Amino acid sequence: MTPDYSPTEIMTIAASRTLKDGEVCFVGIGLPSAACNLARLTHAPNIVLIYESGTIGCRPEVLPLSIGDGELCETAVTTVSVPELFRYWLQGGRISVGFLGAAQIDRFGNINTTVIGDYRHPKVRLPGGGGAPEISTSCGEVFVVMPQSKRSFVDHIDFVTSLGNGDGQTRESMGIKTKGPTRIITDLCVMEPEVESKEFAVTSIHPGVTRDQIRAHTGWAVRFAAEVLTTEPPSKSELEILRDLNARTASAHGKPAP
Amino acid sequence: MATAQFFSLSEAIEEYVRDGASVALEGFTHLIPFAAGHEIIRQRRQDLTLIRMTPDILYDQMIGMGCARKLVFSWGGNPGVGSLHRFRDAIENNWPRPLDIEEHSHAAIANAYEAAAAGLPCAILRGYKGSDLAAVNPNIRTISCPFTSEELACVPALRPDVAVVHAQRADRRGNVLIEGIIGVQKEVVLAASKAIVTVEEIVDKLGDTRADAVILPHWTIAAIVEVPRGAQPSYAQGYYGRDNSFYKAWDSISRERDAFVAWMNEHVLAEKERKRAAAPRNQAERERA
Repeated sequence: MTPDYSPTEIMTIAASRTLKDGEVCFVGIGLPSAACNLARLTHAPNIVLIYESGTIGCRPEVLPLSIGDGELCETAVTTVSVPELFRYWLQGGRISVGFLGAAQIDRFGNINTTVIGDYRHPKVRLPGGGGAPEISTSCGEVFVVMPQSKRSFVDHIDFVTSLGNGDGQTRESMGIKTKGPTRIITDLCVMEPEVESKEFAVTSIHPGVTRDQIRAHTGWAVRFAAEVLTTEPPSKSELEILRDLNARTASAHGKPAP
Repeated sequence: MATAQFFSLSEAIEEYVRDGASVALEGFTHLIPFAAGHEIIRQRRQDLTLIRMTPDILYDQMIGMGCARKLVFSWGGNPGVGSLHRFRDAIENNWPRPLDIEEHSHAAIANAYEAAAAGLPCAILRGYKGSDLAAVNPNIRTISCPFTSEELACVPALRPDVAVVHAQRADRRGNVLIEGIIGVQKEVVLAASKAIVTVEEIVDKLGDTRADAVILPHWTIAAIVEVPRGAQPSYAQGYYGRDNSFYKAWDSISRERDAFVAWMNEHVLAEKERKRAAAPRNQAERERA
């Protein structure tokens, strides 16, 4: 039977479920923002969403296209300057979860959003780090949401923009006290770091997805946890709320500005 | 005490933005000074060091038109849409000219402006840990805390020759109100040697303000220019919304060099005469008022 939801929908919904109510969350744009707002509209009404434009406690009616849409400021509890946001709120240790996307990620959850190829003569110049290099080390923990493919889940990243678990022991040896990436949510599965090695292993597979499919979409010899769960399929209400949110967003962004 | 002078846009850019200068046009998604950037392009400024946390469409245009020798930045993309094609073409293929880059994180640039505003030589932050950025940018260094021995990242204060920002309003003395997403505008104005502020309108009194409002006293600003809708396609809270459909359209406008140049010729360079004719009239009206 073909499921009545898309791979992107189950990815977004699975990502939203990882957030607990009352969490203080630094939200990246795109999929992270969709997942965080879905959590707010479903099981986590008291989640605090912070965007790097300085908006704290946002409750947007439609998903922002950019990190600084007016919608974020209008619905925020307070808006602070960008230096204050990074100094007092992020570096000050007040944010429990950073939610990021990535262009490339490796088995230890290290993230590349800078270049493909050589830094000085790149094959592809990507946007760069933005807030992520500090989000990855200053938030209590980090969740990453991104579609899974061999191009993005790679054996070796060309550039470490934002530290994940380094080579497994890096965070500890650098004296970093935060947990770093603890979950990667994709359109196929959920991965979590193994306790000892800190390498990401598959812990939950979305319904209908096979282990071979996951292997075929991963650029390293991906490991599976001793106990692998099947991801709970999206509920009717999760799907409805996500689709409504996406429809409102598409309609808002398709229109020229007033 | 210096005091803000009122200018036309072309006069302000002519007076303060010189070839070879370091120029920061700031505005974090909100209040991006597009009109001022376009005037810099029209005046064919060269060899600029362009500084900006989030070079987006405006810097894509300035880089593509050959204004920049160097870019200091922390995130270069079209937010929510994808790549900046002109920025990429400059870095990947040296078109229309080679572009040096100095790349940071947002936290570092925000701290570096703040340090400059505070008169300090450098900014200290807990940043860049485990990131390769420090290996490719010699301005990212470390410093040991004299009290705890914690190793911290250190970057030089960022002092642009000229800061350019857009704001909602100025009063007739030149005091400026910025509200909504306030970004790094206060810091960059106080960090720079000179500041140009374009505003939606010039009013008798700044009036009621939001809780997030920032006021920049007139004596911190060199030039004020009234440019209604001067942030479009970015937005001005309380005046007009972000033109998200244009941000999406920019992806195809800018993808190929020829189409980009044709668009810039039609929409930016051809505006010159109209803008020049309009500006003195506004100035005269203000003086009568």
